[in-house]
Amino acid sequence: MNFNMSGKQFEGKFEFLEHTADVYVRAYGVSMCEAYENAALAMFETITKTGKVVAHEEEIVTVEAEDIYALLYSWLEALLVNSETKGMLYSKFQITDWVETADSFKITARVWGEKFQPKKHLQKVAVKAVTYHRMVVMHEKEGNVVLEFILDI
Amino acid sequence: MTFLGEDEGRLAPEHVPLEKVNDYIWKIPKYKADMHVSGMIFANQALLEKMQTDRTLWQCANVAQLPGIYKHAITLPDGHEGYGFPIGGVAATDHTEGVISPGGVGYDINCGVRLLASNLTEQDIRSHLPVLAETIFRNVPSGLGSRRKDLTISNSDLDRLTVEGVNFLVERGLGWKEDAVHCEEQGCMMNANPDMVSNTAKHRGLTQIGTLGSGNHFLEIQKVDKIFNSKTAKTFGVTHEGQIMIMIHCGSRGYGHQVCSDYLRVMEHAIKKYHITVPDRELACAPGTSLEAHNYYQAMACAVNYAFVNRQAIMHWVRQSFQQVLKQDPEKLGLKLVYDVAHNIAKIENHEIDGTTKKVWVHRKGATRAFPPGHQDVPADYRSEGQPVLIPGSMGTSSWVLVGNQKAMDLTFGSTAHGAGRLLSRSAAKRKYWGGEIKTKLEKSGIVVRAASPLVLAEEADQAYKNVDTVVDVSDKVGIATKVARLVPLSVIKG
Repeated sequence: MNFNMSGKQFEGKFEFLEHTADVYVRAYGVSMCEAYENAALAMFETITKTGKVVAHEEEIVTVEAEDIYALLYSWLEALLVNSETKGMLYSKFQITDWVETADSFKITARVWGEKFQPKKHLQKVAVKAVTYHRMVVMHEKEGNVVLEFILDI
Repeated sequence: MTFLGEDEGRLAPEHVPLEKVNDYIWKIPKYKADMHVSGMIFANQALLEKMQTDRTLWQCANVAQLPGIYKHAITLPDGHEGYGFPIGGVAATDHTEGVISPGGVGYDINCGVRLLASNLTEQDIRSHLPVLAETIFRNVPSGLGSRRKDLTISNSDLDRLTVEGVNFLVERGLGWKEDAVHCEEQGCMMNANPDMVSNTAKHRGLTQIGTLGSGNHFLEIQKVDKIFNSKTAKTFGVTHEGQIMIMIHCGSRGYGHQVCSDYLRVMEHAIKKYHITVPDRELACAPGTSLEAHNYYQAMACAVNYAFVNRQAIMHWVRQSFQQVLKQDPEKLGLKLVYDVAHNIAKIENHEIDGTTKKVWVHRKGATRAFPPGHQDVPADYRSEGQPVLIPGSMGTSSWVLVGNQKAMDLTFGSTAHGAGRLLSRSAAKRKYWGGEIKTKLEKSGIVVRAASPLVLAEEADQAYKNVDTVVDVSDKVGIATKVARLVPLSVIKG
């Protein structure tokens, strides 16, 4: 039985860092959009094995925030809330629109997934909340983006 | 995008100076101009060294910077790195001059513990244990998305139960009349106002009422392993070694998480509005007299009551499970509620500070209230002894019943530790163990295990936690809450 959460399949997308109490994620992208998409994938990989979640139903998610940290927080929180209230798991994310001004950010995304089925989907651990703790939004050389954040579980 | 490249989250915390007061108390002096008070750490050498490996002490020094904070920012023996506040901490701020911070309560508002007694012994249930565990596992929803089909509540029911607390269920036949009396706040925190709770929080709460959740939440059938204070134990209904007890550990589910999250955002605006400087975004707060503080407190009270109701529903199904398996009335089995305590909460309390009584906001984040004998908030039938303090261990290890003491009023705003505190990260625990192995190990030692997720079993392996006995020893030695009885698990049920 192998429950390794950060195997080769997610290389270049995200990894789980060491943290005593909670889930510490580092997500990568060649653009901010891609890093946000991979951050969402990492959150659902925490909850389940996303490889088993068929991109069956599509939803549109829109979030707004005052800065890019709050935007990351709100993006993940919106997906978490949708997941809990609709009983959905998501495995595919595409940010279609990114609008920013000096003091506001707005993104629109298409997300895909299916209803949670206990017999089909592995239950890992429920995420209670997204946090600002140790949150990092960083451009690396060659324009790559790195995001880091902690999920309260 | 000026914020890019700001990698605050990666900054290594500075060295935090410490002064030894005695073997169990350490002081963080006011080494920064922004600290209004010093920090006070309750730990032995080993626990302290563990705290020094993460940001616990640094976070304690940050909490000491909250406006209006009194005496000390307190870190208890189980303290570890949290968000903004360390987990295992207490901060009291002036009711009018000080601030209230949702981060000082945490995401799982009123995550807490409830303990039931019984008049059964281990011999009475040993042969029934597997069936009993299976029945409870079936009756009490745990894990992702599970719920009882027979507990459907409307939006207006949800609002009522968050105002009325435990009695909402008792009036509907899910519990006994006397249950509420043996809960902190008598199972109903005043000032709850559902109008202050977002629809998102209510939406999350609607489907999750009466569910255990996952992670470190659990339900255990335990036996009394050792009694340390027989007079107090007897008053609490803990009468003999070998007696069967049931412990329920869970919180306010998505409802409370969302209330915290929503108000964290409100407080982020509040700190700008009221020109408050805090060293960490998760310490966002509002002045005690502001509308933002008032609204948060009313919303938090709803989440507190949601959690009381959640544990009440689960307890009711535990009583039913015992009845189904043992074919006897729960009353005859003596399945009485010993006590229900909150571990994540903010309260308005009166405390003596420099010789005068002050009204304060007490933030307990991963801390248990530990009121002394004679305190009016201790249930009348326990008042001669003090308030029961319930400290769960990690999976498969001991849990504890302690009793509050005057020392806690003097040192920790009437508080003590709340649990073991993690030692290994979840990923490290999973690399080291896997669920099946943990299950086998527990079962070899005679513990019956039922879990919705084998992964959680590995993550929650007892070796991944600090030793709860050491944490309790420090509380006992300092005298903030002293030992009454040690409980050990016979069966573990996890989400």
